[in-house]
Amino acid sequence: MTWDEPLIFERSRKGRPGLRASRPDVEDKLAGTGLPAGLARKNAPRLPEVTERDAVQHFTRLSTWNFGLDHGFYPLGSCTMKYNPKINEALAALPGLRDLHPAQSPESVPGALRLMLELKKMLEEISGMAHVCLQPAAGAQGELTGMLMVRAYHEARGGARKVVLIPDTAHGTNPASSALAGYEVKEIPTAKNGVLEAATVRENLSEDVAALMMTNPNTLGLFETNVAEIADALHEAGALLYCDGANLNAIMGITRPGDMGVDVIQLNLHKTFSTPHGGGGPGAGPVGVCDQLAPFLPAPVLAEADGRPVLQWERPLSIGKVTAYYGHFLIMVRAYAYLLSLGPEGVRRAAALAVLNANYIRACLKDTYHLPHPDRCMHEVVFSDKGLPNGVITMDVAKRLMDYGFHPPTIYFPLVVHGSLMIEPTETESRETLDRFIAALTAIAAEAASDPDAVKGAPCSTPLSRLDEVRAARKPVLRYRFPGDAGE
Amino acid sequence: MPYTPHTEDDVKEMLRRIGAERLEDLWKAVPERIRLKRPLDLPPSLGEAELMRAVKKLAAENTDAGRAACFLGGGTYHHYIPPAIDQLISRAEFYTAYTPYQPEISQGTLQAIFEFQTMVCELTGMGTANASMYDGAEATAEAVLMAERLRPKNQAGAVVLAGALNPLYRMTVNTYLKHCGRPLVTADHDLTGALDLAALKKTATGALCVVVQHPNYFGCLENMEDVAAVCHEAGALLIVVVTEALSLAMLEPPGSFGAAIVAGEGQSLGIPMGYGGPHLGLFACREDDVRKMPGRLAGETVDADGRRGFVLTLATREQHIRRAKATSNICTNQGLLALAATIYLSLMGPRGLAQTAAVNRGRSEYLKQKLQEQGAGRPVFSAPTFNEFALDIGRPPGPVLRAMRQRGWLAGIPLGRDYPALKNAVLITVTEMLARDDLDAYARVLADLLSGNECGQGTDYEW
Repeated sequence: MTWDEPLIFERSRKGRPGLRASRPDVEDKLAGTGLPAGLARKNAPRLPEVTERDAVQHFTRLSTWNFGLDHGFYPLGSCTMKYNPKINEALAALPGLRDLHPAQSPESVPGALRLMLELKKMLEEISGMAHVCLQPAAGAQGELTGMLMVRAYHEARGGARKVVLIPDTAHGTNPASSALAGYEVKEIPTAKNGVLEAATVRENLSEDVAALMMTNPNTLGLFETNVAEIADALHEAGALLYCDGANLNAIMGITRPGDMGVDVIQLNLHKTFSTPHGGGGPGAGPVGVCDQLAPFLPAPVLAEADGRPVLQWERPLSIGKVTAYYGHFLIMVRAYAYLLSLGPEGVRRAAALAVLNANYIRACLKDTYHLPHPDRCMHEVVFSDKGLPNGVITMDVAKRLMDYGFHPPTIYFPLVVHGSLMIEPTETESRETLDRFIAALTAIAAEAASDPDAVKGAPCSTPLSRLDEVRAARKPVLRYRFPGDAGE
Repeated sequence: MPYTPHTEDDVKEMLRRIGAERLEDLWKAVPERIRLKRPLDLPPSLGEAELMRAVKKLAAENTDAGRAACFLGGGTYHHYIPPAIDQLISRAEFYTAYTPYQPEISQGTLQAIFEFQTMVCELTGMGTANASMYDGAEATAEAVLMAERLRPKNQAGAVVLAGALNPLYRMTVNTYLKHCGRPLVTADHDLTGALDLAALKKTATGALCVVVQHPNYFGCLENMEDVAAVCHEAGALLIVVVTEALSLAMLEPPGSFGAAIVAGEGQSLGIPMGYGGPHLGLFACREDDVRKMPGRLAGETVDADGRRGFVLTLATREQHIRRAKATSNICTNQGLLALAATIYLSLMGPRGLAQTAAVNRGRSEYLKQKLQEQGAGRPVFSAPTFNEFALDIGRPPGPVLRAMRQRGWLAGIPLGRDYPALKNAVLITVTEMLARDDLDAYARVLADLLSGNECGQGTDYEW
């Protein structure tokens, strides 16, 4: 079944009744008391007038156009699209967690504080960092928080310094976050073998360098084997090592960023820790720091006093706040439940099987697609479109995968690989799924040779065919125009 | 092992295919020096029933708004959430999907974002809105950063923040802007509770922007026409912050007063309080300024067969394209909650929303009157308010609030910590979740406690 569902505004009809809103009581007469005429709304917002039935039908139909993780394989590299356990959803819906106001006295929410404290400790253990702060709302905000603490650390020692070193394989949020924290970014090259060399880092070190931001494993899916030497070099120069923790899924229980010499790291609860992606959030990006950076943590700091969780607001060196309250509590609930479900063996096993799955794909496809680094990978593997015949490119392969019933992998990232296809299967996928995916990619490679139009014209089995992104950007239409509006 | 399907046979066969002997071989690249040589020290794995029990136990220790009447506001609000919302956003197609970078299989998400953007424009009276920010606090900080991009020639102008801007938002703006070398100046409120216009005039001269919350942290309505005139005269960009999105159904929107940017909190629109997160940042600006805007944008286009569809657009502003020069670093935002808000607004419609807003204000005015009648304190400010107000109870409120909590009332937010002059005042919020009976009883209990000697002494913040 397919639907041609219009915009909700196009379903609207004047006078259609919506939800039964609260009935005013005797206080109804007071609603307008003392409201200055100049401040009272003259024209109601043009929200749709639809019945509940229409609204529910509308959004239900919309949902059928989406491919969700629960539908099938979603191998987006560095996104860690692992299964979202349903028990976690049920727990996050408990009224005793959901219906709490953030300004309630801490005495009235001991369970919430305990949950946050326990999660904090588990994340400290897994990351090897001395202190984790749960406040950042997403990975990018965790990066910014980390870099602002780096800045505060240097300022306390006489000067913020100017530059952050970032490898050419870095996720775009890394330079963006550094810039937001007031730093210039200097890109440094990854070596031909796919990892950063300590020598390259040393060459670029100076008193101006505040930090290096690395991802480990990196976005080529390779473990940064020189990380400890790089950390040493940085520390000798008075600089700090920031680690983007997006790829933590590959190393949990095997090695810990804190033990590598990392000074600050952000974690992604909506990647490594199974919380759902929501079509673009909400996520959560807790940040972990070493002891030296602890004074600069955002306020309030969650601590323990007499065995009870407490919120410490008196933090004179704190960088302040990045979100209004304590972070995405209801996302923390899910991550907490996930870690209690796995236990220590489950956490390590998850990492092991994530790496196994990615290597299996690598081994099965290395003779079909070009692999810049054929011999090894961690939890994700990066192919390139080099050598595909008849002008078929990565974009075409990605779109054609939809016709085979798969969500495409991450494409055109990292930038250092030509037409990169970054595949991260995660540990929750079975061998049969991987075999079907491998078969599909193999078939598409064959199609590229024998029937390239099928690939270049893909997708053909989705609700819409390939969308014109150029047109969307050229003359942006970013909202519905009601009949009679200017520009309609 | 939970959630992983691999049997021993699977692992054996896969290792064989890879050419490895054991799973451990796959971590060859991790140097010995940094290997963890002990198991992780984590709580043991729990079965599902045990996990349920453990977390339910933690939940049961908390006094939630179902067990105690909630009179707390100040940026997060207790409103009715229609069950249809939870059922719709629990559809796996919505909540387990990724960001819609592959539009052909994400039209559900993309069309919903387009509808959300439209509704935010309608509510705020602005020309363009994005797909969401993290929360109202971060949206406010990003609004100031956008103001910098709108006025690149104004390198040293101050950022004027209303003193009655939510204190947590002010802290966040400070954190984001501290290193930018611009003075952050406060424009205080006067005795009515609204911005002191004379003081504003002084600070706004040469300023980059003025950030005003309306209704403000005390629930007071600002004299928006006058505020806008001062800003316009001074050449400062007007940024309006709205923490109670419901107020937009009843009040003339910021766009009408010439706001350059609106930063807001959409949690009131069908999103649970959730102990403060996740919430929903709203961000809207003028159409002409869209290329300087942070955050994701969904735009209309067509597919290869000419059918209408939606895609993420103007991505050259964003981090994955522009990197260090991006308008923001934001990537994951609050997608599922933007959907929740879109559904909420569709269910309520303009009349339902306006009626709910009227009930909020009406009941808040009712309580104000009732409290004064019963001798339970007096409103601090004379400016009109929306659904919250500051009440002076004549003494530091900590012990009184604690006593009320013990009687089943989450009675209010003490204002003294952030506003020393208001050390005897509490912020009280009334929504449609409180019936007249609740309000009558609240006034009676508070009056009793204030007239009796039950409550001891104590510092403000232990409530």
